[in-house]
Parts: sequence; structure tokens; C-alpha cells
Amino acid sequence: MTILLAVLLGTAFGFALEQAKASNPNKIINMLRLKDFHLMKVILFAIGFSSLLLFLLSSMNWIDIGHFSIKISYSGVIIGGAILGIGFAVGGYCPGTSIVAAGAGRKDALIFILGGLLGAVAYMLVFGIIKDSFLFNKMGGAISLVETNPLKYEALINNVSALFVAGIIAIVFMLIAFFLPSGNEN
Amino acid sequence: MNKDLSWLKGGLLLGIVFLTAIWMVKPIGVSTQFVIVDGIVWKIFSKELIQHNQNAEPEYSSTNAYLNKNNGKYASGIANPVNYGFIFVLSMILGGFLSSRFSKKKIQQKDKISPKVWRDKFGENHNKRLVYTFVAGFLVLFGARLAGGCTSGHMMSGMMQTSVSGYLFATGVFATAIPIAIIFFKPKK
Repeated sequence: MTILLAVLLGTAFGFALEQAKASNPNKIINMLRLKDFHLMKVILFAIGFSSLLLFLLSSMNWIDIGHFSIKISYSGVIIGGAILGIGFAVGGYCPGTSIVAAGAGRKDALIFILGGLLGAVAYMLVFGIIKDSFLFNKMGGAISLVETNPLKYEALINNVSALFVAGIIAIVFMLIAFFLPSGNEN
Repeated sequence: MNKDLSWLKGGLLLGIVFLTAIWMVKPIGVSTQFVIVDGIVWKIFSKELIQHNQNAEPEYSSTNAYLNKNNGKYASGIANPVNYGFIFVLSMILGGFLSSRFSKKKIQQKDKISPKVWRDKFGENHNKRLVYTFVAGFLVLFGARLAGGCTSGHMMSGMMQTSVSGYLFATGVFATAIPIAIIFFKPKK
């Protein structure tokens, strides 16, 4: 059953990313160059829309709060993000979109994936050396802005309804998506 | 009008997939599976990489410190690749293929190696593109593993759940990606 769900959801995710043009490196690079906000609008709207429904459904107990999965905040999240950002800008792919783009027949995506597999090996080899360094200094641990699953995670804002705060953030994201200019480059 | 709202269609579609995934299983993440593929290949050459002991806790362990992390979670994924996370990522290839087949506008041959923005700056020399893309892939996955997630897991799934880590990750990514994209692809003259 889980495997069937993996096939259905994975295929849907790949299909959605390709339809949204997120697997097109031209769109990614021109978004980062601040020339074409199409993908920025897509991403902001997707985050806002899914977040609003997520907190709405979990406030009605329709979504099991055990499904929330808050990652730990530590200094390596920012530094790793910054390293990723260099490759993201030059290549125009992130891990997920490279896989989708390869499926759509893009050859540079295949090369990106090979580079990625080597990068992941390199990380596996250096992890033992860096694991006790400043890169893993905690910055609050597994923490979210609003309450998600109080048994497992802490929240920064505790005394206001999670749906209310998350809902406002979600609506702001969607509004920015609406008001950002559409790009005219293809 | 229809063209102007194509971003909305893409955003709705992606949003629904992210929501359905957390609703039915767990938040979407991709970059971990690069480690799993590496581990599967590595295991072919080194039988000692993953140890399995049914009576031990954790059941799976590894001689590699990273694969051994979180009670051998990655070691277990390498030993049993037919699991949700791995099949999910493999299925994304099919999704990308189907979408490109259904799209009226086909991807042009030359766009399949170098995007237009690349050709405008560096010309039609595809080898240069492939070398740079390889290095880019290396940096992206190295960075994603250090950060503990990528655009899907940290930025999309994370910010959807209002995770602080998602905001920190996005800050790190755009702090380098925007200036580098602007400078690297700055038109000549």
C-alpha cells in the first residue's frame, strides 16, 4: 500500500514540477537573476496554499499531527543552503527538479545527477571529520513558528491559535504570489 | 488571461501534491535518496558497509559514520531500497516523462543540454555546460546533505509547516544563488 502511494504521489509530484516549469533550468536561473518571477509565484503560492489547508485540516483533526516532521535548526542549515545556492544558480537545478528534468529528456540534468551522487559521497566521507564542528551548533533545535505536534516539537508562538498565525503567513505568501509581476521571458 | 495565470495552475498543482503527501504519508523530501543510491553502489564493492543484526538495536548499522547516523536510518534504507522514500523519488522520473509527453510545447533539442540563458552568455559550447553542471550537482548535493534537506524537504515542506529550519535554509540559498546568478549570467559588453 505504501509502495503504491509512493508511485502515485511521486509521479504526481514529478508531473506537477514539470507542468509548473520548475524543471526548466532557464526558468530557475532567470528567477534567480530577478528577470522572471514565474517560478517564484508558483513556489510562494504552493507553500501558502498547502500550509493554509494543512493547518486547517489538522485543526479539525483530519490530519494526524504525527505526520508533521520539523527538521532541526543548526548552523549547517544556513551554510549548507549557501553551498547549495552556488550550484543552484550555475546549474539551474535542485535535487528534485534534476530528477524530473532527466525524465523529461534533459541531458544536462543527467550530468547534474551524476555530480550530485558524487557530492553526496563526498559528504558521507567528510561527515565523520566535521560532525563535532561548529557546523552542527544548534539554533533552537526542532522548532517551528506555530504549534504543530506539541509532543515532539517546540513552537516559538504558543499562546495564539496555530491556524490563525499560520493562516496569516499563508495568506501573505499567496498575496505576494499574486502581486509579483509575471515574467515576459520564456 | 489564460497564459498570465499559468503560475496559479502550477502553484495549485504543487500545493495539492505537498498537502496530499503529508496528509497520507509524510512531508516530501528528495536529497536523502542520493545517499541511498550511493550506498547501494558502495555496498556492491564493500560487503562490510552495512551490518544487519536482527537482535540488535538498531537492527542496521554501518561502518560509515554518516550512514550510521539516526540509529542506522540510511543503512536500513540501503539494505531495503523498496521503501516509500526511494520509490517516490524514482517515480518522479516517470512524472517528468509523462508531463513532457502531454505538453503541447516540446522541449527543443538544444535546450536539452544548455538552457537559453546559458547559450546567450557562453555560446553553443555544450561541453562547458556539462562540466559546470557536473560541479553544480556536486555542490548542490553536498550542501543539501550538510543542511539536512533540499528545496523540497527544507524549503517547501519545511515552510509549509512553519519550520524555522525552512526559513534559515531559504535565507542561505538565496543569499548566494541570487548574486551568483546575476553575476555569472551577466550579458557581455
